[in-house]
Amino acid sequence: MSQPVIVARDLVKRYGDFAAVDGISFEVAPGESFGLLGPNGAGKSTTMRMVGAVSTRTAGDLAILGLDPDRFGPEIRSQLGVVPQADNLDTELRVRENLLVYGRYFGLPRKLVAERADELLAFAQLEDKGKAKVDSLSGGMKRRLTIARALVNDPRVLLLDEPTTGLDPQARHILWDRLFRLKEQGTTLLLTTHYMDEAEQLCDRLVVVDKGKIMAEGTPAALIRRYSSREVLEVRFGSDRNADVADQLAGIGDRLEVLPDRILVYSENGEAELERITSAGLHPLTSLVRRSSLEDVFLRLTGRSLIE
Amino acid sequence: MSEVRRSGSAAEGDAHRDPSATDAAPAVTRAALAAGRNPRRWGAWYVAEHRFRVMRSYTGTVVVAGIGSPLLYLYALGVGLATIVDGSVGAESVDGVSYLVFVAPALLASAAITVASEEFTYPIMLGYKWNPTFSGMHAAPIRPQQIADGVVLSVAVRMLVNTVLFFALMLVFGAVPSATGFLAVAVAVLTGLAFGAVLMAYTSTLEEDTGQLAMVMRFVVLPMTLFSGTFFPLTVLPLWLQPIGWISPLWHGTELARVFTYGYPEPIWLTVVHVAYLVAMFAVGWVWARRIAVRRLRK
Repeated sequence: MSQPVIVARDLVKRYGDFAAVDGISFEVAPGESFGLLGPNGAGKSTTMRMVGAVSTRTAGDLAILGLDPDRFGPEIRSQLGVVPQADNLDTELRVRENLLVYGRYFGLPRKLVAERADELLAFAQLEDKGKAKVDSLSGGMKRRLTIARALVNDPRVLLLDEPTTGLDPQARHILWDRLFRLKEQGTTLLLTTHYMDEAEQLCDRLVVVDKGKIMAEGTPAALIRRYSSREVLEVRFGSDRNADVADQLAGIGDRLEVLPDRILVYSENGEAELERITSAGLHPLTSLVRRSSLEDVFLRLTGRSLIE
Repeated sequence: MSEVRRSGSAAEGDAHRDPSATDAAPAVTRAALAAGRNPRRWGAWYVAEHRFRVMRSYTGTVVVAGIGSPLLYLYALGVGLATIVDGSVGAESVDGVSYLVFVAPALLASAAITVASEEFTYPIMLGYKWNPTFSGMHAAPIRPQQIADGVVLSVAVRMLVNTVLFFALMLVFGAVPSATGFLAVAVAVLTGLAFGAVLMAYTSTLEEDTGQLAMVMRFVVLPMTLFSGTFFPLTVLPLWLQPIGWISPLWHGTELARVFTYGYPEPIWLTVVHVAYLVAMFAVGWVWARRIAVRRLRK
């Protein structure tokens, strides 16, 4: 077994008195797809910046490819591909030119960069857009171009900070497909997201982060097994009545979670719980039985919803 | 501890190799160490390449302005205004030369200042904030200092192109009597960079442009152009106004350029002061701009 590509131990980043990252430890193995799941402000992006060797840690140990980012920043960054949260493509250049100038930053010969630019435009399904202005691209296309740009140095590790935030469902699925291909080719992925479906789709393993700390770690399936039940029954009685009804639901399901707009009943069998509720004479306005997701894990761990 | 780390990271280790990381280290580590070599050495040049490509998109503007504006200025001042000046005070009574010869080196240095005030203002705001390409460069193996260096390098080249065009037109107009005149091109570039480096550092400190840059144009660049011995010798101003000229890089550059284009008589120590002042101003601005680059990009 080869050694991990990323090792973080008790990683801390403070801005004044505020600890954005407060003692995070994790390891990422080669070829693994690892996720940081958490709400906005959890410290995910700050962690990504430290791993990306563009921000210095306040305390703790960090090694990327066996190197300390404080001393070997350029060396580490030469092996990374970075997809930042906000696109920073050069809007004064054309689509293909963005790949050409970026490739040069890694000290690669012009000819090689030109070849890769064409391959990557094909990979990003932007072959026809090479001469287009960046601003004429849709949000999803810009994101794909940013990913193509991050691959121009053939990186060992790809860092993706909220890769699909702000994209429509179709654009997200195209992007996931591209990322899944990279994963199949053995590229190590480190990604942050606040979408549980994205984490379930792409991550072999993930940590749930809140307020700069790790709340739980494991595979998506294991986390769901451990912190949630197999199924969830969602019932709505109207925002005025939810809280009152919740008292009468005591004893139903393994656990209840009362949210302002609905009540979640955790159980192995959602339909059976729904029957118990209706036979008790309570009639929800709407009901829905679904499988547990990472959203439920997060709710259980923090008492808060992931997307607020 | 954190302070030590921060200052260490600013230089990102200055490439001191860790022997333990090279010999017994795994292949991935060795590959990283090898791949870091080119960016460490040539990073600033890669940034300049990027800037040249951006400038290429406005080559037309650079060339048209580079030829058009000297033509306009040389005609308006060196021919038009000169007719009145030479007519009223005599053809050789400004420093003992015609008004055209007197004003041309000043216009040359001003042209470099104009390039500086274009390239070291909005493009810098753009790179840090509006279209943060500088963050993108830093996410690649480029160090913040190299970004500052690369921008300065690319602007120096553009300044050289502009001033060479300008100087060629000065020759056509017969505004360069002295054989050492070509040195005025180097003086103009130095003048532009001295002012430009400080301007770049200042722009780099701006988190937001709420009109500061327009104020710089109006209350720094314009007065500097008017009161730096550009259109009339500084000595005709009352003494209390002359310090504006002394602190102005444009005055130092203009006087120096005049020494080369028509042998303007000044003591040698003053010539040395002009050079020293411009070099010092450039050095201060450059070092300052590099430090701010580190501070802004490595939060």
